[in-house]
Amino acid sequence: MSMNKEQDFGTPISTNENLVTLEIDGFKVTAPAGTSVMRAAASIGIEIPKLCATDSIEPFGSCRLCLVQIEGGRGMPASCTTPVAEGLKVVTQNKKLADVRRGIMELYISDHPLDCLTCSANGDCELQDMAGAVGLREVRYNPIETHLNAEKDHSNPYFSFDPSKCIVCSRCVRACEETQGTFALTINGRGFDSKVSPSQNQPFMDSECVSCGACVQACPTATLMEKSVIDNGQPEHAIVTTCAYCGVGCSFRAEMKGEQVIRMVPAKDGKANHGHSCVKGRFAFGYATHKDRITKPMIRASIKDAWQEVSWEVAINHAASELKRIQTKYGKDSIGGITSSRCTNEEVFIMQKLIRAGFGNNNVDTCARVCHSPTGYGLKQTFGESSGTQDFDSVMKADVILVIGANPTDGHPVFGSQMKKRLRQGAKLIVIDPREIDLIKSPHVKASHHLKLRPSTNVALINALAYVVVTENLIDEAFVNERCDVASFAKWKTFIAQEHHSPEASESITGVPADVLRAAARLYATAGNGAIYYGLGVTEHSQGSTTVIGIANLAMATGNLGRDGVGVNPLRGQNNVQGSCDMGSFPHEFPGYRHVSDTETHQLFENAWQAELSAEPGLRIPNMFEAALDSSFMGLYCEGEDIAQSDPDIKHVHAALRAMECVIVQDIFLNETAKFAHVFLPGSSFLEKNGTFTNAERRISPVRKVMSPLAGYQDWEVTQMLANAMGYPMNYSHPSEIMDEIARLTPSFTGVSYEKIDRLGSVQWPCNDEAEEGTPIMHTEHFLRDNGKGLFMLTEFVATAERTNSKFPLILTTGRILSQYNVGAQTRRTENVAWHSEDRLEIHPHDAEDRGVNTGDWVGIKSRAGETVLRALVSDRMQPGVVYTTFHFPESGANVITTDNSDWATNCPEYKVTAVQITKVSQPSEWQQQYQAFSEKQLDLLEQGTSHD
Amino acid sequence: MKIERLIKMANDIGNFFNSETDKEIAAEGIRNHLLKSWDPRMRKAIIAYCQEDGSELSSLVKTAVNKLAA
Repeated sequence: MSMNKEQDFGTPISTNENLVTLEIDGFKVTAPAGTSVMRAAASIGIEIPKLCATDSIEPFGSCRLCLVQIEGGRGMPASCTTPVAEGLKVVTQNKKLADVRRGIMELYISDHPLDCLTCSANGDCELQDMAGAVGLREVRYNPIETHLNAEKDHSNPYFSFDPSKCIVCSRCVRACEETQGTFALTINGRGFDSKVSPSQNQPFMDSECVSCGACVQACPTATLMEKSVIDNGQPEHAIVTTCAYCGVGCSFRAEMKGEQVIRMVPAKDGKANHGHSCVKGRFAFGYATHKDRITKPMIRASIKDAWQEVSWEVAINHAASELKRIQTKYGKDSIGGITSSRCTNEEVFIMQKLIRAGFGNNNVDTCARVCHSPTGYGLKQTFGESSGTQDFDSVMKADVILVIGANPTDGHPVFGSQMKKRLRQGAKLIVIDPREIDLIKSPHVKASHHLKLRPSTNVALINALAYVVVTENLIDEAFVNERCDVASFAKWKTFIAQEHHSPEASESITGVPADVLRAAARLYATAGNGAIYYGLGVTEHSQGSTTVIGIANLAMATGNLGRDGVGVNPLRGQNNVQGSCDMGSFPHEFPGYRHVSDTETHQLFENAWQAELSAEPGLRIPNMFEAALDSSFMGLYCEGEDIAQSDPDIKHVHAALRAMECVIVQDIFLNETAKFAHVFLPGSSFLEKNGTFTNAERRISPVRKVMSPLAGYQDWEVTQMLANAMGYPMNYSHPSEIMDEIARLTPSFTGVSYEKIDRLGSVQWPCNDEAEEGTPIMHTEHFLRDNGKGLFMLTEFVATAERTNSKFPLILTTGRILSQYNVGAQTRRTENVAWHSEDRLEIHPHDAEDRGVNTGDWVGIKSRAGETVLRALVSDRMQPGVVYTTFHFPESGANVITTDNSDWATNCPEYKVTAVQITKVSQPSEWQQQYQAFSEKQLDLLEQGTSHD
Repeated sequence: MKIERLIKMANDIGNFFNSETDKEIAAEGIRNHLLKSWDPRMRKAIIAYCQEDGSELSSLVKTAVNKLAA
């Protein structure tokens, strides 16, 4: 193992198809037009000294260290800003150039602390390297004034800013602009007074900085430096792996010292992130070694008992015997399991295999039930496959971007930055969201239209957009006739052209002015490439699947499918939502989205697994809770998921968990669900195991073990031990063997292997004989339905049963924030709490004034399901009548108030619509007080039973 | 299984298929959805309810559940 440092070519790659040939230092080199002389030289191993250039940002030409001479040209141009041209003859090294470079370095160093031996960048400092490269031997200047005593800024929890070491190369400023798109940094002052300034000379933490770390990565000195490097020194080897946070699935170099992660650096050749990251992926990895990690198996007879630490053998045998006992007592279908999008593909695959073949039923579900199950249903019905259609890079070819119910800058920040880059290049933006999300107006980005609809009216709005397309003859007839089921289209066209779908008629439902909606529809249908991106604001509704179908109808009708720059793109919440669904963790589908009753598939799996399999759909997660309360589902194996915090109507969930006779939780922490458990199997973090994650663009990326599992086993090994104890043999020696089995049994994965993933870095499914290196864009020739045609479906708007009235006059909608992740089990155990230490209730000033509520006040939020208390944040990002909160902290009890309403097709909960009333209060709700007491008791029971070695 | 919950779920499914003008196709769509996505104990409960009472089910859903039972 080694650091295998990534080469810095100095300037970005050119994608121009025209090639030019030139000569550099006597060597011929051919490069795409638009390439800089610096990059062309680097491509043949000639390193031109540089400081202000790096290949993640556009050239700037300020440091003047990269000067070259060109035959027949005047002066000494900067090689970073000089493009290649046919026949150029370039000299990069001669005495004149050396003298100039040495002089420049002498000036830089004259105002730089000479503390290299004790500097945190020692061994990884470009200034130090350049001093060596130019042969600097003395500094003749004796400055009257320097920046050496400039005040340091330690405000950010993850990195320090030491302006005394700054050379004002502007790489950080440009990275913030070009890579991240936040524009939080600037160069303040002129001449000697020039200095890097967050916002207007504020500390980093008080500025607009989102702590993505792009500036730290771009800094050539120790000016911006990770505190983990300052504390621990430079890493000595690096392993490429995949982030375990959101569905973007960023590729990272885990830079290590032994088994300690020193820093996570986004990989430049990561195809999902292209060297960028967010605050979570880059910095929030400390949870993996947090003191709360549980590393020994534990059992107990009742949740009133203290936990007892036991050996792995005892824990596994106890779990298996309990599951078997329950099946004997209550029947074969009385047990099941829940997988998680935080698990690898291989873990999910063997988990559902254990349940189907070992438990003998199909009672397996996954947390996609509560997020993107409507995506799976809607896109399968219309396009024939349960996945998004594009790769992320496709957005760079979009002419108009339609964002519905998603908040990419918070939920999918790295893709949000890519989207903003395209918008700065001139693509148009339409946002459909009840809230004023950041994307609507940010530096150099402004939405053409914000359709600020009322929550729960998505279907009426999508239908109205389609009405405009149909009635104003904006249909792509050629696409529809060639690619779609024309009978279904004819029926849909008649349906959608009914007057009650018109923007004017739907205005009273959606609250969106008809003229605004008409303008948005025309823009989407006529701008060229129209790309739709959507999130949980679409799916987590009683008509979530209907909206997904409506979106698919709209894209097909306008011909916005099957090529670069268009498509229907679900932004998946967690890292492996796509993969966990692909791997067959829904109760009605085998891996590859094939129904359990499909005879051919059923036979295939029975033969492969040598077991009798059920052909009946099993229980979904909410059905499991219902069945627990009527004593027909009494044993649960839950891996990586925290249903006791994340699922709706939480009092109901807690009652169901209490009703079960054996709850087995496999996790890295004693999460909320584990407080109701009888067996705890310690899990391994993403840093401690091998496997793969599949991101929102169907990209299968490697997860690599960079440290030993703290509890001794990787998660797939634990599931395998349980399977064997249950009497169903599994004998995998490495996750690659599990992937080989997936490939053998799943048509869209037949070409996937660890060898290929290692060779290509990642691969997008379908990957098979028809697409050996994967499929970035789907449905280019035909849809994946049996007849190859896209299916239009009818999407009547049906108002949700969750209505406001005088008792519950406001609508509560929920979401997430940049710094926290899902239930917060990981990010709450990092310094990210510096940005968000509690969930708050956002409320419009008018609604706040009516209730005498000010920012910081405690407010009670009461719904038909329950009541909780949060602190208020008065914000005009909300529309009157709508309030909002996040759900990252268990004590918030956000899901005490959400109801059991759900999507008609998939039972995805209607998190986004809860009728509530808000009142000022002075103490936590009764539920919060009871839950705090319960939680403290459970922690006490943990303390009683565990050792402290 | 709480029958009130199953009735609501079934009627929600019915509301989607109700857009279909050909009610035979709509009822078949509901039947197929119940068959493909509901655990047998849920199907058994809704069939029993439909046959014993059924008053809270929409007429379209009732037709579909009767087809499911057949």
